[in-house]
Amino acid sequence: MEGTDRTTLLLNLYRTMLRIRLVEERFVEPILSGEVKCPVHLYTGQEAVAAGVCAALEDGDYVFGSHRSHGHYLAKGGDLAKMVAEIYCKATGCARGRGGSMHVIAPSAGMMGAAPIVAGTISLAVGAAYAASVRGDGRVSVSFFGDGATGEGVLYESLNLAAVLKLPAIFVCENNLYSTHLPILECRPSEEVYKIAEPFGIAARRVDGNDALAVYEAASSAVSRCRAGQGPVFLEALTYRWRGHVGPDDNIQGAHTDIRSPEEIERWRKRDPIGRLRALLLRDGAAGEAELASLDERIAAEVEAAASAARAADFPATKELADHVFSRP
Amino acid sequence: MSGGASAAPAARTEKLTLAQAVNRGLAEEMRRDPRVLVMGEDVGVDGGVFRVTEGLLEAFGPERVLDTPLAESGIVGAGLGLALTGYRPVCEIQFSGFVYPALNQIFAHVARYRNRSRGRYAVPMVIRMPYGGGIHPPEHHSESYEALFCNTPGLKVVIPSTPYDAKGLIVSAIRDDDPVVFCESERIYRAFREEVPEGDYAVPIGKAKVVAEGEDVTLIAYGSMTRQAVEARDALARESVAAEVLDLRTVCPLDVEAILGSVEKTGRAVVIHEAPRNTGVGAEVAALIQERALLSLQAPVQRVCGYDAVFPFPLLENHYLPDRERIVRAARAALDF
Ligand SMILES: Cc1ncc(C[n+]2csc(CCOP(=O)(O)OP(=O)(O)O)c2C)c(N)n1
Ligand SMILES: [Mg+2]
Repeated sequence: MEGTDRTTLLLNLYRTMLRIRLVEERFVEPILSGEVKCPVHLYTGQEAVAAGVCAALEDGDYVFGSHRSHGHYLAKGGDLAKMVAEIYCKATGCARGRGGSMHVIAPSAGMMGAAPIVAGTISLAVGAAYAASVRGDGRVSVSFFGDGATGEGVLYESLNLAAVLKLPAIFVCENNLYSTHLPILECRPSEEVYKIAEPFGIAARRVDGNDALAVYEAASSAVSRCRAGQGPVFLEALTYRWRGHVGPDDNIQGAHTDIRSPEEIERWRKRDPIGRLRALLLRDGAAGEAELASLDERIAAEVEAAASAARAADFPATKELADHVFSRP
Repeated sequence: MSGGASAAPAARTEKLTLAQAVNRGLAEEMRRDPRVLVMGEDVGVDGGVFRVTEGLLEAFGPERVLDTPLAESGIVGAGLGLALTGYRPVCEIQFSGFVYPALNQIFAHVARYRNRSRGRYAVPMVIRMPYGGGIHPPEHHSESYEALFCNTPGLKVVIPSTPYDAKGLIVSAIRDDDPVVFCESERIYRAFREEVPEGDYAVPIGKAKVVAEGEDVTLIAYGSMTRQAVEARDALARESVAAEVLDLRTVCPLDVEAILGSVEKTGRAVVIHEAPRNTGVGAEVAALIQERALLSLQAPVQRVCGYDAVFPFPLLENHYLPDRERIVRAARAALDF
């Protein structure tokens, strides 16, 4: 990729990642003060995965998320203000204040939904891929999940089904090396997650999940493969969450439970995916300091406006309590 | 009728939350019986999301306090395998809404292994799970589906409402030779403390407890709703209505004698639970009462329940969850019938 295409891509990736980062960090204070009441799994540090994968997708492609899906939602084109409102549990939110942080959803953008049940949406992505394949409409279906999901049996059922049916499904495992408080090697025999797909004959590889461009390139070739009818792809993106498992730090019921050493966290902070892309933009001459600073400002203002609007919005009305259980009440 | 402790409580007591009381029960049984082990997600190093297994890893080591991968089906299935081969596992499911991947193992195997082996195998295992609303997380983290387990022959379902009972009941559950689903209300985990005896005592499974005596109406509750029922009773008392509060403690099998005994005395019953109304424990209790105590009834049995809707959050849950006002209203309806 050359010239303006590359510049546009890099700037897009940068913008997406920065929007995710600034939104996530904007939640820190209201979570700590108790203003945000629902549990929030922050995506800070992992932005390159959502940004890189979703940049390779078209609007019509499907994405299914997990408990940590703010980034997936935003990168796929979900409305930022509606997500912020959702996390404030307000009626103006993307799930009308009934889902919170773990149920972000934007059907019109192809963000099909997220759910806290670990590995719970992987097989749904396979179903959507089957629909795309039967219709022959060229869509691909992406499932985002964490390394912890590799413990759940449904992942293997899904890999098998997608492989047998040669579906346009992309399994994206964000390996951040921990499942809550367990280091990956205490949950599984190997750190290399992508190898689980090999016995199914699924094309699988590991990519640097803190390198947005590398993720984008891996995802683009996965998408081409899927659209060409060559079957599913498994991408393992090696990355790291900067914040706690849930909330800004792991401070569950007053007990500080982050077992990761400050040195390890610091090491990963130095590999900041946003800082890396920023450096690349400047080095390439794709953008200047002034341009990036003004982009930063614009995004910060967008996030601030979203937070103010969310705070001012109403909670869902009591009469909505039993809505949408069935098609008709 | 009031099922208190089966053994005389030790003299020394400790002021504990419900979470701590379960912790003490687990620790004491592990100390007493080397076959008892604890397994689940984050139960070891972390001590559990609600701190219920705190300190157990340090005390009993990683062989008996097993941090498992994320694998509910595997945890419960492996728990059953352990139970069939001489252990007494206590499996933790992190939130009751995460048990669904394991329902296959629970319904298809755990509940019926005794039957399938024509009594040659016992299934001495406990499946613990935090349940219920009141602490604000969405759906899976706040819902109550104990009725699913009650509708499965072969399972006992225990839901304590106080620290004292929680310790005594977890001890009984571990000692029981049948599988026990043990539901712990999230909102009362650390809502209050109570003097809990140190050392060995058990609260029997299958025995309800009269929390407060009264002649006018019986409020039947369990888990977090017992406190709401007591509050309603106090409100009714101010209107000169004497409500009896029956804490079921075990929702399967029901303490038939206690329920009938109380309703035969009062002639009116209100059943209260957070779980959805449709086919809930309340429906079973109401059916039991009309089958066995019809002629004692002065009014239809009332139900105060969650709604038949996906559990809402965070403010709507105040509306969803039964509270003192709703219970008082239902009691009034029974009294004014
Ligand atoms: C079926 C199920 N079991 C347990 C949980 C509780 N839980 C939520 S996230 C999580 C860890 C997930 O780890 P991973 O998949 O690596 O994702 P990460 O949090 O690292 O992004 C656990 C145990 C859950 N949400 N669903
Ligand atoms: Mg992880």
